[in-house]
Amino acid sequence: MKGLSEFFYMGGYALYVWGSFGVTALLMAVEPILVRNRRRAVYQRLARIARAEASSK
Amino acid sequence: MNSRSFNLFKFSSPANFYPLAGRLVPWFTGLAVILIAVGLYMSFGVAPTDYKQGEGYRIIFVHVPAAWMSMFIYVVMAGWAGVGLIFNTRMSSMMAQALAPTGAMFTFIALWTGSFWGKPMWGTWWVWDARLTSELILLFLYIGFMALQASIEDPRRADRAGAILALVGVVNIPIIYFSVKWWNTLHQGASIRIGQESTMAVTMLWTLLIMALGFWMYSIAVVLARVRCIILERERNATWVAELIKEAR
Repeated sequence: MKGLSEFFYMGGYALYVWGSFGVTALLMAVEPILVRNRRRAVYQRLARIARAEASSK
Repeated sequence: MNSRSFNLFKFSSPANFYPLAGRLVPWFTGLAVILIAVGLYMSFGVAPTDYKQGEGYRIIFVHVPAAWMSMFIYVVMAGWAGVGLIFNTRMSSMMAQALAPTGAMFTFIALWTGSFWGKPMWGTWWVWDARLTSELILLFLYIGFMALQASIEDPRRADRAGAILALVGVVNIPIIYFSVKWWNTLHQGASIRIGQESTMAVTMLWTLLIMALGFWMYSIAVVLARVRCIILERERNATWVAELIKEAR
């Protein structure tokens, strides 16, 4: 376990190294999720419009 | 007209580009995951401790690729916006629009990680030096481009206004790149130079290049996925979109 805690300690730079990698990882994980949500929203909206047009005919 | 250029023109139509982009996204996603996984392993497991900055230098493996992407995406975005402005091609303007959020994100990451690197090494989170300030201006250019496009109702007019902003902003890119040479700055000069020997250890350099390639693949994947959303939104009155929605139900 010493090796692991030493790894996370990063020679005293833990805050800076993990603060950098952490935020980068977070943003690069969130962005694809936002795109997927946008895709779902577009599909739902277009389907709703299509249904409304079909029923008004 | 040979068959190759015919194909290129074919994909300038949203109806043809939409399925192509859909087929490409999983490939680029896969490549991005593999490259970034290898890059992270190398960042912490293979690359040696720096003799001057200890473990703190490892921030370079996200900072530099993000900074490269922030500038590169801007140039590509302005290029597509310019093509859209001149040739009035819908697909190019949609590409420019799809690139902006990812470019802004990488600019933010470059600034954020730079700040987290500057604090232990320079003793400050932020200084108003040429490199940092011009990178901050880049972030504002991205935000301005997105805000301007979002504020104009008519998409064609929004494209044109955005394109002019994007093209004017290109001036900033060489300023960022050469800022460490032109001015006396706190920021160090480039360690990797074209035509000259790099000033880094070989494993560090490879780690950096693999991470950069991973960020590239990530950007292509996410931008193609986003441009598909934009195509659906903008082409919603086209027959092929209506049929696609009908099939999906």
